Amino acid sequence: MTASDLRALLTRRREPALALLIVVLVVLIGIRAPFFVSIDSLSGVLTDTSILMMLACAEMLVILTRGIDLSLAANVAFTGMAVALLSMSYPELPVVAYIVSALLIGLVLGAFNGFFVAIIGIPPIVVTLGTLSMFRGLVFVISGGEWVNRHEMPDIYQMFPMETFLGLPHLLWVAVTVIPMFWLFMNHTKAGRSLYAIGGNPQAARYVGIPIEARLFMVYAIAGMIAGLCGYLWTARFAVAYTEIAIGFELVVIAACVIGGVSIAGGVGTIPGVVLGALFLGLIANALPVMGWSPFWKQAISGAVILIAVVLNSRSHKRQGKLIVRRDEATAS
Amino acid sequence: MVRETAPKPVILEVNGLSKQFPGVKALDDVSLTVRAGEVMALVGENGAGKSTIVKILTGIYKPDGGSIKVDGTSVNFVRPSDSWLAGISAIHQETSVFEELTVAENIFMGHQPTKPRVPLIDWRDMHQRAQEILDRMDVPISTRALVRDLSVAQRHILGVAKALSHDAQVVIMDEPSASLSRREIEQLMVIVRQLRDEGKGVIFISHKFDEIFEIADRYTVLRDGELVGDGDISDVNQDDLVKLMVGRSLDEVFPKVDVPIGEVVFSVDGFTHDTEFDDISFTLRKGEILGFYGLVGAGRSELMQAIFGITHPRSGTLVLDGVQVKIDSPVEAMRAGLAYVPEDRQHQGAILPMSIRKNMTLPLIEQLSHRGFLNRRKQLGATKEMGARLSVKAAHWDQQVEDLSGGNQQKVVIGKWLATRPRIIILDEPTKGIDIGSKAAVHEFMGELVAQGLSVILVSSELEEVRGMADRVIVMHEGRIRGEFNRRDATPENIVSVASGLELAA
Repeated sequence: MTASDLRALLTRRREPALALLIVVLVVLIGIRAPFFVSIDSLSGVLTDTSILMMLACAEMLVILTRGIDLSLAANVAFTGMAVALLSMSYPELPVVAYIVSALLIGLVLGAFNGFFVAIIGIPPIVVTLGTLSMFRGLVFVISGGEWVNRHEMPDIYQMFPMETFLGLPHLLWVAVTVIPMFWLFMNHTKAGRSLYAIGGNPQAARYVGIPIEARLFMVYAIAGMIAGLCGYLWTARFAVAYTEIAIGFELVVIAACVIGGVSIAGGVGTIPGVVLGALFLGLIANALPVMGWSPFWKQAISGAVILIAVVLNSRSHKRQGKLIVRRDEATAS
Repeated sequence: MVRETAPKPVILEVNGLSKQFPGVKALDDVSLTVRAGEVMALVGENGAGKSTIVKILTGIYKPDGGSIKVDGTSVNFVRPSDSWLAGISAIHQETSVFEELTVAENIFMGHQPTKPRVPLIDWRDMHQRAQEILDRMDVPISTRALVRDLSVAQRHILGVAKALSHDAQVVIMDEPSASLSRREIEQLMVIVRQLRDEGKGVIFISHKFDEIFEIADRYTVLRDGELVGDGDISDVNQDDLVKLMVGRSLDEVFPKVDVPIGEVVFSVDGFTHDTEFDDISFTLRKGEILGFYGLVGAGRSELMQAIFGITHPRSGTLVLDGVQVKIDSPVEAMRAGLAYVPEDRQHQGAILPMSIRKNMTLPLIEQLSHRGFLNRRKQLGATKEMGARLSVKAAHWDQQVEDLSGGNQQKVVIGKWLATRPRIIILDEPTKGIDIGSKAAVHEFMGELVAQGLSVILVSSELEEVRGMADRVIVMHEGRIRGEFNRRDATPENIVSVASGLELAA
C-alpha cells in the first residue's frame, strides 16, 4: 500500500481506519496493563461509553442537516433531574414509567428547539445556545438547587442500568438496541436518507420534494428524546441527580461526531463512524487512569484528535479544481 | 393550415399564468399547451420567464394567478412532490445533485422504492431501476459511483436520468444540452425522441436553434415575462424566432460604440491548469471588448479566476504593458490594474446584507481611511459618484443590497470594482438573470468604459450579447480555446458549432 492509498483509505473510509486505531490502542494499553484487555474491563469501557455513543448518534442527525444542538447535555441534566424528582415523589412506579417519562420530557425539550429552528427559522446555534442556558436554569428551578441522592431514589430506579441480562448491564443493552435503530433509520428509511440530502444540498433537496422544515423539526425532536433517555440513564447509573450533571458534555458529544467523520458542513457522516468516534474517546478516558496518567491528558488528547479528524475531513473534501479539460485527448499531442 | 392527422391530445394546459417578484414582473398572463407525443420548444432570452414557468410547473414557486391543467384536471401544486405525482418532472438548469451520495440515490432521492409491507428502502430494486434507466440512455456510469467523482456532463446526464425515474407524462428539459459534448447531445436527442414516441409531452428549453429545429414540433416564445408567439416549428425559421425573442432592434439592447482600438495592453501566454483549462493564450488591446463565449462549464470563469490570482495555474505567463507580471492574489491583480466582476453576484460579488455604501466602497477602504479610521463623508461621496454614474436605483445609499433588484445589484458590484480605477475589467456574465432594461444599461456602461480607454473582457454564455458587444470573440470548449472570430465573422453558426465542439475553427 502506497502512502497515497493509505491517505485515501483514511479520508474516504473513516470507519476502518478508526476501528484499526482503536484496536491498536487497546493492544498498546494491553501491553502496559494486561488486565485492561479482559472481557470484564472492556465491557466496562463499552458500558461507560454507552451514553456518549447514543448522544453522539443523536447529535449526528442534527449536524448532518447543517445544524448543531448545544442543548443536548442540558436536556440530559433537566430530564435527569425531572425523572429523579418523579421517582422521589412516586417511588412505587415501574421502571418503564420512569423511562417513558424521560423519553417524553426529552422529546418536548427537543421539539422546542425544533420549533424555533424549523418553523421560525432561527439558526440552530443561536436557538440551542439559548435553550442550553434555559434548560440548565430550569434544573435549578425544579430542584431548588438541591440534589436527589441515592437514598431518596427508589431501588428499582437506580438499579436498572447496571443490572445484568445475559451477563451484560442493561445500560449497554439499551445502547445496543438504540444504535442499530439509528443505523436502520439512517440507512434504510426515506426520512433518514433525506437528512443526507438536506445537508448535502438544501436547494436540491427542496426540488426533489423533501419537506425540509418537517425533517428538521423531527431531527431536533429525536435528538431531544434520546437526550431525555440518557438523562434517566445518567442519574440512575450514578444514583444521584444534581444541577451540574453532564455540564460541558455537549462538546464531548460533538467531538465524538467530528472524530467519527461527521462533517460540520453537513451531509456527511455515518452511524458506525460516530459510534467508533465515541468509543475512541471512551477508551482514552478509561485507559488514562490505568496507565497512571493524569485525567487532564484526556482533554488534551481528545482536542488533538479532533484537530487531526477535522484536517482529515477537510482534506477528503478538498477538490483539485473542476474537471473540465479532457486530458485523454491532450496526452496524444 | 389543414392537418392530415387529428391533433394530438393536450396533456398540459397552462392558462393566464402570472408571477410577480419584488421589482420585476416575471410572468404576465402566459398561456401554453403541451400535447402528448410532441416536443414543445420554449424559447426566450435569459430572464424572459422560462425558468419561472419551470419552477411553477414543478411546484417550487406558487403562481400569483392562472391555472394549470394536467390531462384535463385542474391541479394546484403546493410542493414539488405534488408536481411529479401529477406526472410532471423536470431537469433543472442548476446542477441539483447530492455530491456525497451515489448515482442511484441521486436519481431516486425523494421517491425511493420501498419494500412491500415495511417502510424500508429497497436498495437492490433502486440500483436495478437506476441501472435500467442508465442503460436506456446508453451511458456507462456505475449506479454505485459517488456523484462527486462525476464530470460536469455526467451530472447533467444524471439530471435526465432523475426525470426519467418519475415515469412522467410531461418532461421539462431546461437547457439540458448546455454543457454536454456532441456525442452526449446525440444521446440526449435519442432520449427525447424516445419520450416523444412513447406519447409523453416534452417541454424543451434551449438557446441552440439547430437543436430546436431538429427536435421540436411546436414553439412558444416568451419575452420579458409575456407570451409573444407560438405555433408550429415548420412555419417559422430562425430569424423569425430571433425577432420574436428579442422584440427590439439589436442596436437598442447592444449599443455598441465605435472606439479606436489601440496597442496590446495585456497578454496571456500558455496558461495551463491541471484540470480546468489548457494552453490558453490571447491578447487584449486598449479600448477593446474581448468576448469569451462558451457553454456553461467550458472553463471560462475558472480561467478568469486564475488570471485574477484567485486560483493558481500550473504554468503560463501574464504580460502587462510589455512587462511580465506575476499575479498570485486578487490584491496583486488589483494593484496591477485588473478588476474582476464575478458571475455569481450573490455569493462572490456583493455582500448582500450590507448597505450599498459599504459594498461599493469595500475595495477603497484604505484610500478612504485616515490613520485606520474610515472617513464616512468621503465614503458617501465616493458612493454617490459611482451610483450616479451607473444610475443605481435605490431608496438611499444605506439600503441593503439584498433589497435591490437583480440589475441594480449588478450595478453595485460593477461600481465597487470601478472604484479601484482598473485598466482592465473582467465582466463574468454581467447580465445574467437581469431584465432587458438593466441589460441595456450595463451594455451602455461597457461602451463608456472602453471609450475612457479601458479594456474589457466579457465572459458571456449569451450569444447575442457577445456578438452585439465584443470586438473579437474567443470561443472556449472543454477548457481550451477552440476558435477566435472578428466581429464580422462572428456568426451564430460559427460560434455555436465551435463552442459545442462540433468542429475546430480553422
